[in-house]
Amino acid sequence: MLDGRGTIRHKAGLRLWLSALWLGLLVVLALGAPWIAPKDPLAQDLMLGRLPPFWVSGAEPGYWLGTDSLGRDVLSRILWGARLALTVALVAGTLTCLIGATLGLMAGFLRGASDLVISRLVDIWMAFPPVLFSILLVAVLGPGLFSIIAAIVLIDWTRFARVVRAEAMTQGAMDYVASARVAGRGRIGTMALEILPNVLPTIGVLLTLEMGIAVIVEAILSFVNLSISTDAPSWGGMIAEGRTSVHQAWWVLVFPLLALFLTVLSFSQLGEGLKDRFDPVLR
Amino acid sequence: MSYLSIRDLEVRLKGGGRLLRRVSLDVARGEVHGLVGESGAGKSMIGKAVLGTLPRSVEIVSGQILLDGTDLLAMHPAARRRLIGATCALIPQDPLTALNPAHRVGPQITDRLVDILRWPRAKAEARARELLAEVQIAEPERVMRCYPHELSGGMRQRILIASAFAAEPKLIVADEPTTALDVTVQKQILKLIQAMQERHGTALLFVTHDLGVVSKICQRLSVLYAGMVVEDTDVRTFFRAPQHPYSRALLAATPKYTDPTHSLTPVPEAVIATVRAEVAEADRRAGA
Repeated sequence: MLDGRGTIRHKAGLRLWLSALWLGLLVVLALGAPWIAPKDPLAQDLMLGRLPPFWVSGAEPGYWLGTDSLGRDVLSRILWGARLALTVALVAGTLTCLIGATLGLMAGFLRGASDLVISRLVDIWMAFPPVLFSILLVAVLGPGLFSIIAAIVLIDWTRFARVVRAEAMTQGAMDYVASARVAGRGRIGTMALEILPNVLPTIGVLLTLEMGIAVIVEAILSFVNLSISTDAPSWGGMIAEGRTSVHQAWWVLVFPLLALFLTVLSFSQLGEGLKDRFDPVLR
Repeated sequence: MSYLSIRDLEVRLKGGGRLLRRVSLDVARGEVHGLVGESGAGKSMIGKAVLGTLPRSVEIVSGQILLDGTDLLAMHPAARRRLIGATCALIPQDPLTALNPAHRVGPQITDRLVDILRWPRAKAEARARELLAEVQIAEPERVMRCYPHELSGGMRQRILIASAFAAEPKLIVADEPTTALDVTVQKQILKLIQAMQERHGTALLFVTHDLGVVSKICQRLSVLYAGMVVEDTDVRTFFRAPQHPYSRALLAATPKYTDPTHSLTPVPEAVIATVRAEVAEADRRAGA
């Protein structure tokens, strides 16, 4: 479209489509991992250890991205690892968003006692170093998918609460809120029907950012061996293994790292792209 | 018998100073009552107290706000909100923030009629179209499908006026409705408010700091200084012979655009001192 911001819109569109493309591809690959993955991600074969990726001499056909020191197929492990990463991103991201945004909205719009309690809680919560806190939580809860998700939700709800609170306060001061109140809307009705739709673009951006962060936290936890069972494929675990043999077999480290990087980048760019496209004020 | 009657309304900052000092005023049915005064005099505060939208940081200490004989302050908050929703409306100051940017214009007018006053949707939509036509919007159908950011400030203020009159309120509080608009649009909007008010016979509490606007639209006015009504009179008397020295000074300070060499006249220090002394005296009596 040729409006005054034609070029900006075009860029935003490209960003949106590239990130959506990568994430969409990843979802399909993760869902189809049992059928798509060329090898069993857990099958070890010490005779085929540290095979290089397909374009390097010495590669074995069928092992596209090479193998790690135990002879496990790197590509298959990345695909299976994507299942874990995306599950954590979606479930933990959504739960964090629901809890944090609800509390933030209450604090920012209702103010008073709820604001006092929620804001102090956020202050206290944010004083904990997040990575150590999550490691501690998983250590206490025991490793497993549930623990990872619980740890992320418990740590990161403050991010939503803070930002949504500020946004709700700004919106709450607008004249349209006063008009709605005069017309007879109750406090909860005003919050849900007038404030929430205006905070939603921000929540959307935060949600996608949070999904990226959840992927990183999962990688950190599996890097320190606190994710799911140790030999199950996860990006963090692969990076940890690859780190020890980076001089002999760089591909074991680089490919999962690349997958992680692209996924987190895509999540954050997806959020920005969506905001540019759907925010009624920016549009 | 006045429709809105405020008696000795006393509003304070929580744990702080007085914002309204025993304010009393009456607005008859179908009457336009102006509230004038400088910034911070408490003009808007009166409107907010009536509509129940005072900020959390202030409280009503004493007094009565009688709406058609019912004391609003003695009512249960939920019942009060229902009564105000059914009988009162607000024309806000800034048309740019007074429409919710996330919703289309049509539903913003109709939703309140449907959700709160329980009108059938079709009736509410017909009513919205009718009112948008009444405020001289050329294509009501199209405008109702627009988002607020697609419309100009003047258009949005027209929509807000239409929206205010939608439920046939008995009282409308207009909080400086023309301040945020440029001068040519101001005049149109003012005429529009006046025409709508006359046609619908609505009582109007008109908050402004522009005496020119008061002379055009109001029948009565209250002059406020530091939350105190220093003069409450009908407009004709006020412009012919203002009683209070502060009123006289305010009137003298109105710029005369016909004389380019005439510089602005401030309210004299002596007058400010007089009115401050009166405020202090009132405070002393209230304290005693």
